[in-house]
Amino acid sequence: MSSKEKGWKEISPAGVCWKSSMTYLTGDWKTYHPERDLQKCTKCLLCTIFCPDGAIHWKPEKGDIEFDLSFCKGCGICANECPTKAIVMRI
Amino acid sequence: MKSVVKQEIMGLNGDEAVAFAAKQADVDVVAAYPITPQTIIVEKFSEYVANGEVNTEFVCTESEHSAMAACLAAAAVGARTFTASASAGLALMHEMLFVTSGCRAPVIMAIANRALSAPLNIHGDHSDAMAQRDSGWIQIYAENAQEVYDSMFQAFRIGEHLDVQLPVMVGLDGFTLSHTLENVQVLGDNVVKRFVGTRQLPTVLTHDGRTVPYKLDPANPMTMGPVAMPNYYFEFKRQQEEAMRNALRIITQVHEEYGKLSGRYYGNGLIEEYQIDDAEIAIVCIGSTAGTVKTVVDELRLNGVKAGLLRIRTFRPFPAEDIAKALAKVKAIAVMDRSMSFGGNGGAVYQETRHALYDFSTHPSIVNYIYGLGGRDTSPRQIRKVFEDLQKIVQTKRVEEKIRYIGIREGQGGKDE
Repeated sequence: MSSKEKGWKEISPAGVCWKSSMTYLTGDWKTYHPERDLQKCTKCLLCTIFCPDGAIHWKPEKGDIEFDLSFCKGCGICANECPTKAIVMRI
Repeated sequence: MKSVVKQEIMGLNGDEAVAFAAKQADVDVVAAYPITPQTIIVEKFSEYVANGEVNTEFVCTESEHSAMAACLAAAAVGARTFTASASAGLALMHEMLFVTSGCRAPVIMAIANRALSAPLNIHGDHSDAMAQRDSGWIQIYAENAQEVYDSMFQAFRIGEHLDVQLPVMVGLDGFTLSHTLENVQVLGDNVVKRFVGTRQLPTVLTHDGRTVPYKLDPANPMTMGPVAMPNYYFEFKRQQEEAMRNALRIITQVHEEYGKLSGRYYGNGLIEEYQIDDAEIAIVCIGSTAGTVKTVVDELRLNGVKAGLLRIRTFRPFPAEDIAKALAKVKAIAVMDRSMSFGGNGGAVYQETRHALYDFSTHPSIVNYIYGLGGRDTSPRQIRKVFEDLQKIVQTKRVEEKIRYIGIREGQGGKDE
């Protein structure tokens, strides 16, 4: 085991998280990733609400959404919920 | 034995002693589901709630699994939490027992030890609690209603101790203790309140880098018992084992402090030695049977037989060193198990005790007696027979059968043991 990991005398008991989930990247779990057809997307933002990992962000400065692929697990819920079928999941 | 405080005598059965102790310990939350022979505990405690005698939030759950889940949640917000169960109820809690100990939630639970189905049987034996011996709970088994009462207060102090932070089961033999009326000496409410104190919370490091009390609190949000991957799970389990090791020390400390207060001691809190110093033959057992064994030891001693008893009061953590030390000079030992470990090398108490003695150069003879399953009575006559068997082993230096049964019928012309 890596020496960077804490030992049992150092960690908080009962699995209490001592670091934020922002430091734990889950993006490499995925098989499929979302791709968006900009012609079809109406920027309704439903995908940002449905994403169970909060991995789709609204970027006001761009006036657009952005997939955060370091957290997207590739579940495909965004593609399923997209009312205009603008999102497709690809390998 | 001198008590430093005034005490009163009450007529209580084991279950009532538990309920009365829980009332005096000022528990914040009780979530429970009734099951024979624990029912009186829940009934009696509901009465206290209905009469406004306690400030406890009493939660009637739809099952024991839910009862333990509710207790875990209550303990997680920092409440002093109590419940009780037995037999199938405890078995249904199985999953939640591990979650509770894993979350280091010091829930205190009385178990009116009862047999498991099938065939259905409501009577006393240790099958229910023994089946949970690896669930990460501290296990204390009482000999009589007085000890049940006394152990309850110790349980809160032990489980909630900052070096321990583990849930505790207090076992009382179904019906033999749960339903039998005894004179129980009780402490005053204020004396109990001072002894148990208020629940202390350890501090933990949270995800935002702060060190805060270990409890669910909107002001200091934290995640308890989430997922741990292969790179960390093992470390959490090692911590739990360390807490169990610490408990050996804390149990004796708390027991000593309570002894000074009440005048009542149960060995050193881990084991109770009875005429064991110069004993050649000895019985090792847990629970109420120890009372019967003590009577027989007294009789045998009058006849010059060097018989003794070692009662294991704390089964988890297992006080292996204390047991080995106590049995160091004994020549033949009978370990009594009131539950089966089907297909095992004898019962659970036997396995542990025999293992504790493995490093002895003297290698005493150790045999196992399974007894009293499903509430079968164990008489002084049968205990006498066990000691006679041990005498025979000492004389002949031979052990024919290691695993034996007390009071079971063989039929077909076979012998009755």
